Amino acid sequence: MSEKIKELKVSAIENGTVIDHIPASALFQVIKMLKLDVFDQMVLFGTNLESKKFGSKGIIKVSNKFFKPEELNKIALVAPQASIIEIRDFQVLKKTLVEIPDTISSIVKCFNPNCITNIETLNTRFTVVDKESIRLKCHYCEKITVKNTLQFV
Amino acid sequence: MKNKSLVSINDFTKEEQLRVLEVAREFEANPVQTTLQDHVIASLFFEPSTRTRLSFESAISRLGGKIVGFSEASNTSVKKGESLRDTILTIASYSDLIVMRNPVEGSARFAAEISPVPIINAGDGSNQHPTQTLLDLYSIIKTQDTLDNLHVAFVGDLKYGRTVHSLVIALCNFNTTFHLVSPVELKLPSSVKMHIKEKNLTYHQYTDMEEVIPQADILYMTRIQKERFSDPLEYERIKNSYILEKEMLHTTKDNFRILHPMPRVNEININVDSDPRAYYFQQALNGVYVRQALLALILGYR
Repeated sequence: MSEKIKELKVSAIENGTVIDHIPASALFQVIKMLKLDVFDQMVLFGTNLESKKFGSKGIIKVSNKFFKPEELNKIALVAPQASIIEIRDFQVLKKTLVEIPDTISSIVKCFNPNCITNIETLNTRFTVVDKESIRLKCHYCEKITVKNTLQFV
Repeated sequence: MKNKSLVSINDFTKEEQLRVLEVAREFEANPVQTTLQDHVIASLFFEPSTRTRLSFESAISRLGGKIVGFSEASNTSVKKGESLRDTILTIASYSDLIVMRNPVEGSARFAAEISPVPIINAGDGSNQHPTQTLLDLYSIIKTQDTLDNLHVAFVGDLKYGRTVHSLVIALCNFNTTFHLVSPVELKLPSSVKMHIKEKNLTYHQYTDMEEVIPQADILYMTRIQKERFSDPLEYERIKNSYILEKEMLHTTKDNFRILHPMPRVNEININVDSDPRAYYFQQALNGVYVRQALLALILGYR
């Protein structure tokens, strides 16, 4: 399937941000992380779309919204290969890739049930000790949350 | 160090750790002082502890300070469901410093972030117990006259023992050679070995304790708990190989000393206790001087 026909499956936007190459399984998580479920402008998305590179992918198009890198980098935990495309007047202005940040606040739960963050009401905080395999060290209990124990707040 | 909380051993730099040991020596020479006579110290033990609580309370008493607090959470508002946040904010207004043990991991870091008075972590679950590490360092420097270039052997449960993890990490500042003796199931975790590797230090792993004794300056014994084994038969098979007996001490260096964070069950035979190389009861006493030093430094008296 050509790129052109695929684009038609999720209409183009005039101004805003396209988030492409999201793993299909992570699409709704990304929507939640970016709070697009409560966003008041047009949001278009598609999932299980065919992708040459990834087999299957999700895509989100957000009208009239330009994110700060730190807002977008947190999605790298679930969509490490996502590309971010800024659109102005239907034209691609800038294309970047997400990067896993050095620290992560509030979005991930600590896997340790005996950690204070799972008992008291407070925001979680992690240092990313390994970006490749995703290993997050809890600021409070100092235990390591790894990729297969990753849960979101 | 004035007004600084101590949650994790790494909160203090190497220089600050050495300063604590130096002040501990002053208190050992002259333990009864009036330094804290105008202070109230809160001692909040959300779970029972014998040595740590009593040695803190002894340290506070010897410095003339007053103690408020509790030794278990069952008779307090915590039992009624009060949050740690509210407990800390309330008690901080009654006291100048809070010593806290709490079984919830990370509780001490959280308390230190919200408390207007400094917090000393007296153990947060399996996470950190930095005053134990400082008293271990003090016991080593006292018996060896140095912390540098020593051969330190750790024996027993190296996987779960938090005192072992913190002491290994602290000793990485002092060019230590590590001898790690444990059953295969209870080896030192790779997250702790990482600190040794980062400093390019040497470690050797063994399953047999007797080979390390002649090489060691310090033998740090720990208890092996049956419930740590997935296979109870494996525990039965190895349990007696990690018990220190007097006969095993025939070839040691002159400066060799035996440490143990206590409590001991049977991993050091009581026939070792009278040997001059057994240092674990003195080690427990050293905890009082180290805690006196910490209280004085954090409250700005040194």
